[in-house]
Amino acid sequence: MRRIWPPLVLLAAAVGAWELVVRAAHVPDYLFPAPTKVASSLADDAGLLGRATLVTVREILLGYLLAVAVAIAIAVVLHFSAALRRALLPILVLSQTVPTVLLAPILAILLGYGIRPKLIVVAVVCFFPIVVNTVDGLRSADPELVRMMRTLNGGRLAIFRRVELPGALPAIFSGARVAATYAAVGAVFGEWAGSSSGLGFVILQAQPALETARIFAAVLVLSALALALYALVTLAEHLLVPWRPEARNA
Amino acid sequence: MLGGKRVLDGLDLHVPAMGSVGIVGRSAAGKSTLLSLVAGLEEPDAGEISVGGAAAAGGRLARCALMPQRDCLLPWRTALDNAAIALENAGLPRRDARRRAAPLFARLGLAGAERLRPAKLSGGMRQRVAFLRTLLADKPVLLLDEPFGALDAITRAELQEWLADALAAEPRTVLLVTHDVEEALLLCERVLVLAGGRVAAELDVDVPRDAPRREIVTSHSFLELRERALEAIG
Repeated sequence: MRRIWPPLVLLAAAVGAWELVVRAAHVPDYLFPAPTKVASSLADDAGLLGRATLVTVREILLGYLLAVAVAIAIAVVLHFSAALRRALLPILVLSQTVPTVLLAPILAILLGYGIRPKLIVVAVVCFFPIVVNTVDGLRSADPELVRMMRTLNGGRLAIFRRVELPGALPAIFSGARVAATYAAVGAVFGEWAGSSSGLGFVILQAQPALETARIFAAVLVLSALALALYALVTLAEHLLVPWRPEARNA
Repeated sequence: MLGGKRVLDGLDLHVPAMGSVGIVGRSAAGKSTLLSLVAGLEEPDAGEISVGGAAAAGGRLARCALMPQRDCLLPWRTALDNAAIALENAGLPRRDARRRAAPLFARLGLAGAERLRPAKLSGGMRQRVAFLRTLLADKPVLLLDEPFGALDAITRAELQEWLADALAAEPRTVLLVTHDVEEALLLCERVLVLAGGRVAAELDVDVPRDAPRREIVTSHSFLELRERALEAIG
């Protein structure tokens, strides 16, 4: 728990300095609101932000789960087929160079204003680090363990289930933790491309009204959501990978 | 379960069914390679290996269980589940595999360790679990590659005695590879000394086995065999 203090102190100092500068220089609220104004927006707009948060949380969670499921499935297929690995991996890398900001409006046109295009955007933003880490994790199985399994009745499937997959779990979780930090941004991109609710929609509405404090409040909630997802994934790792002592320091 | 085995260049060796042969030699004399070949993990460039009549690699794999130098326990499995893995690999449900493995833990002095993960076990305990795992593969032939090479001398002596008892209780055809002459003489009926890629000496170990270890290793016949083996290693 000691590790949590240095960033917390730094953050508190930064917020304090921000408040002081904004007040001393009389910066108008619509340009750059003081932290206290953001806090009061959080309280005043609690109902609005709360409803929007529920929408966005759903997009983040479902989109993220979709990403994890698809990524692991793709990685397993790539693991078993060298030909597919050679053919598909470069294309997956290429897909990451397409800006999600451009993908989102196309999906909105195709699939409408509902939740589906958002899930896809979140999944597209999140799946790549999971695929790469899972493929690496599966391939880095200790060859001596594989030999041991072969002399102990172990077929290809048994080796995958009992050696490669459990051995890859720490790597899979490394990818999943990186992906968790992308999910909230993905949801906002999705909402910006076309939506009628959610935190991204709130930000979009607040901008022309110059409700800058509300934008900051929404961003604050989004950060909290990303952090919560990260914590959730870390917790899942501790539960599912209890044999790895160094997992505690990750 | 007869094994007529010819391995490495000019190497010709035969392990009778339910017999035990030890191979001693310096490190890097190709001892581990020999076991990989016999186990069916690799194919020889030339020559023939047959285990219980099976000459193809697949047939050898089906008849041999190899205990590697490192314990190779899976860190995510308990000791019991590590020991039972060959049964699970063969298609037995985990519950049944555990039920088969558990009595061996009690009988071979591992009671209480069943639910521990490898990280919680001492080096000696890990080797015992690794041996049980090899035993539970239900193969007629056991290939032991420096089974206690990584242990300290006291633990090693303890485990040699334990292994002799375990093999008496669960007899198998054994091919043991080690650089420890004493270990080979204690555990095997015949010992081949490998030097310069060929068999430099063949010793029939004819010592009383039911005496305590201390008496065996200080007996006249044992010391003489040991002397001859060391001389052949050169």
